[in-house]
Amino acid sequence: MRILCPCCGERDAREFTYCGDASRVMPALDAEADAWAAYVWGRKNPRGPHEEYWQHAHGCRHWLRVTRNTETHEILSVLLEGPWRARHEAKDPR
Amino acid sequence: MSGYRLADGGLVDRATALSFTFDGKRLDGFAGDTLASALIANGVTLVGRSFKYHRPRGILSAGTEEPNALMTLGEGSRAEPNIPATTTELFEGLVARSQNRWPSLGLDLLAATRPLAPMLVAGFYYKTFMGPTKRSWMLFEPFIRRAAGLGAPPTGADPDCYDRRNHFCDVLIVGGGPAGIAAALQAARSGARVTLADDAAAPGGALRGSRTRIDGEPAGAWLARSIAELDALGATRLPRTTVFGYYDHQTLGAVERVTDHLATTDGSSPRQRYWIVRARHVVLCAGAVERPLVFPGNDRPGVMLADAVRLYAYRHGVACGRKVALFTNNDSAYGVVRDLSAAGAPLTAVIDARAEIPEACRRAAHDAGVELIAGSVVRGTHGGRSLSALDIGGVGGSGTVRRLDVDCLAVSGGWTPRVHLASQMGGPPTFDARLQSFLPGAPSTGWIAAGAMAGTLETAGCLAEGADAGDRAARAVGLEPTATPDIEVSEELTGYQPLVIPAIRGRGKAFVDLQNDVAASDVELARREGYVSVEHLKRYTTLGMATDQGKTSNVNAIALMAEGRAGGSAEVGTTRFRAPYTPVTLGALAGRHTGAHFQAERRTPMHDWHVANGAVMSPVGPWLRPRAYLRAGETLREAYIREAGNVREQVGVCDVSTLGKIDIQGPDAGKFLNRVYSNGFKTLAVGKARYGVMLRDDGMLLDDGTTWRLDETAYLMTTTTGAAAPVMQHLERLLNVAWPNLQVNVTSTTSHWASMSLAGPRARDVLADLLDETDVSGDALPFMAVRRSSIAGVPVIVARLSFSGELAYEIFCGAGYGLAAWRRVLEVGAAHGIMPYGTEALGTLRIEKGHIAGGEMDGRISPHHVGLAGMLSKRKPYFGSALANRDGLLDPERYEIVGLVSRAGEPLRAGAHVVSGPAGNPGPSQGFISSTTFSPALGKEIALALVKGGDARRGEVMYAADPVHRRHLEVDVVSPHFHDPDGTRMKD
Ligand SMILES: [Zn+2]
Repeated sequence: MRILCPCCGERDAREFTYCGDASRVMPALDAEADAWAAYVWGRKNPRGPHEEYWQHAHGCRHWLRVTRNTETHEILSVLLEGPWRARHEAKDPR
Repeated sequence: MSGYRLADGGLVDRATALSFTFDGKRLDGFAGDTLASALIANGVTLVGRSFKYHRPRGILSAGTEEPNALMTLGEGSRAEPNIPATTTELFEGLVARSQNRWPSLGLDLLAATRPLAPMLVAGFYYKTFMGPTKRSWMLFEPFIRRAAGLGAPPTGADPDCYDRRNHFCDVLIVGGGPAGIAAALQAARSGARVTLADDAAAPGGALRGSRTRIDGEPAGAWLARSIAELDALGATRLPRTTVFGYYDHQTLGAVERVTDHLATTDGSSPRQRYWIVRARHVVLCAGAVERPLVFPGNDRPGVMLADAVRLYAYRHGVACGRKVALFTNNDSAYGVVRDLSAAGAPLTAVIDARAEIPEACRRAAHDAGVELIAGSVVRGTHGGRSLSALDIGGVGGSGTVRRLDVDCLAVSGGWTPRVHLASQMGGPPTFDARLQSFLPGAPSTGWIAAGAMAGTLETAGCLAEGADAGDRAARAVGLEPTATPDIEVSEELTGYQPLVIPAIRGRGKAFVDLQNDVAASDVELARREGYVSVEHLKRYTTLGMATDQGKTSNVNAIALMAEGRAGGSAEVGTTRFRAPYTPVTLGALAGRHTGAHFQAERRTPMHDWHVANGAVMSPVGPWLRPRAYLRAGETLREAYIREAGNVREQVGVCDVSTLGKIDIQGPDAGKFLNRVYSNGFKTLAVGKARYGVMLRDDGMLLDDGTTWRLDETAYLMTTTTGAAAPVMQHLERLLNVAWPNLQVNVTSTTSHWASMSLAGPRARDVLADLLDETDVSGDALPFMAVRRSSIAGVPVIVARLSFSGELAYEIFCGAGYGLAAWRRVLEVGAAHGIMPYGTEALGTLRIEKGHIAGGEMDGRISPHHVGLAGMLSKRKPYFGSALANRDGLLDPERYEIVGLVSRAGEPLRAGAHVVSGPAGNPGPSQGFISSTTFSPALGKEIALALVKGGDARRGEVMYAADPVHRRHLEVDVVSPHFHDPDGTRMKD
């Protein structure tokens, strides 16, 4: 697979580390155990478009929010995550 | 079969004779031969024994689809099993051996398994594993396992070198036949960066050596012209390169056989090169495989594919027999009739299953002077290890049987497009009634199929379709195609019209899959037993699961399954083809990543000193660390006991540069650490260190270590050696995903620092002599204090921490000064009795103190298991806190860390189970030993273990059960804090 890193350009998937489902939202630290249990163990495993985190571990080390079709592996969008997200989204017409 | 070399013809170089051996016998061939063509030219008929039944087998094909003629090539560690003779280029001195026979190919005693044949029917694996035949499986298994199989792999290490190359192009063309070359030309003419990969030694595919004329010239002239133009346009041509896999996002894997065809090499080239190709667009022109016909005795040596018989004649100048008949159900075989006559190896008869034969075919047979036997099929074959005669009768068992003496039968059952790569990146192959075979399904990514692979069998059609595909590929990468020149091709037979005859019944086995010995009767049995899915059939009969992946058998098997079903083969469908298309040597995939190059090795700045001073080095993750420094005559055990004892009595120094180090800075750094660690970090003062425990989101232990506050907004975190990367990623995750608004930056500085631990009652004396003008007294540098200082002017950070339980300091300096600082410590320490100590002594010291390390932190352990519950703050939420105290982790029967002492003084072993009963009546496992050592402080063999309800079991006698090593040792369960439990030694 190839991933278009907003920082580094199109790079091979082997440079990236898959870091899990990005559609789940981490509860607050003081949230109830049930909320955390749902966050930690609840998995949808959808067929089709799926938002997930990838880290460009052997590159710029940015965290990326990648929308990938789990059926075809087509990558529909790649956005910077973290403190740079807002600036990146302002530039991205999507 | 008695093949021989024709007087002239073929592309072989008759001036260059080559000698080779087959099963030890010296034979001769010419440059330009394959191993198969040379064997046929020498009259060799029997080349192997079949997989299950050890039936004699001969060469079937002339390509990658070969199911029978698998050889072991080369000798010693270079021996390589299961290589098709049909794709092996001949070279001087080639050594080939037949397989799956004992003691020899001619006298194969393993053929004695044939009386077991009734046991080996479809599904025999499944049937014999259960039910009443289970006993017979036990009885016959060793024999069947030995008898069934292919070649044996070499046992030595592979002495050859392999390479890997990344390659990018606009258009990749797979296959160098007429369609592939036409596509490459058009794409290259438009300005695309073109790569043409072809598995043959020379391009041209079916055109190589053929009698076809293009634009009034022999095909060879057109080929030479086209290749010259491609080279001039800068196309990358990869001969002897098989594209074996098509992966996501237009990534393809290919293997180039760089030196396999050479008798000797100068060592400057790798044996094979693995190409990882990223192509913006792909044109697949992989061609088609001729299908055999399924009839009794169809596996007898001498039965070959018709196109292979033609190809051996016109490409290699080899006739496959003295009396050759052709058996077909379609028009395409009549081209073979004409070509064999032209090559001087005419056929004796054509047997055509069809009663109505097209006029052009009749004329071809008549012109060649060959008897045409219409409406007939081969009902059986005669001969022992080679074909001597055929029984011919009407279709469906009608008519009288006629015997025809032949030594070779050329068979054509139609054509099967090589849809494999298309299937890897596309929809299911679709059935085509005209071809009676499957065509590539809809692409799921950017590829186009053209030529025979797309069902177009005639040269003119392949050239036109290839050129069109080249234009489309150019457009797909944003280029404007150039005009396609008209190409004229000499007249060829254009009909096809196969008659569907899934299998001809009669006496004897009619094979569908020659390589896995699956007969028509096996498929029929599976069908009677209710197997209607092609996926089930494949697994039940093992059809198509051999090294040839059923290239010649799949379509015939599907036709057999479809018999009597309204929807036919289209309804049965085919399985998805998986990579690799042909077997790939593991060496090629590994490339240069073998041995010491498998993983980059990390060395600390003091590495060379360790090696020069008797250290036994051992890998810890990617790092190399000294286990112990051996003195003359010392064993490893003696060395670490001495080193650990010296730390307890005097002073030692240990290289701890491998510890993970993370620089954490920013106004919110303290807030961040207070969330990351389970214990409080808010109150950590500048110039102080604190031990911390961090959890995963599920409340389990992630890592432990100390973090030092260097400044108002700057911290230095240390992690265990193994967890450096996971902890770094964990922190980055939290800062990017959970708390992007925190103003904190984290940077891995593991290899920026050289680190050493100075430990022992005399550590302070050494430190006082070592540091420039620094007060190291207990008041000035108390426990957990962090100070900046210098050694001979080199800046260092000193932290008073202890892992060993002794008075101890960690000294950090810039990595470049590491070796000098280390030497200085030893020089200064000499007067105080210093010794370096390695990881064995380090382990001993921490086990004596009950500190956890890698053996305990295996990912299934929470602070409640290892006596660290006190580190879980009740005053603040922290990462993992919501799940850190769930019921399961508080269960009184949970694992708890304990110390074990071997009662008889026998060494304990990590991994042993802790049980309640003596040998013979051990009872269920109560836990396991995680770390062991000999304790110099106690003079005993001790261990740390995780035992159910361990805290309450202190004082009990239990047993360390290690049945693998036949050990069952009595142990006392004690506190894990074996030595100085109050920690007075380190705090003094
Ligand atoms: Zn990047």
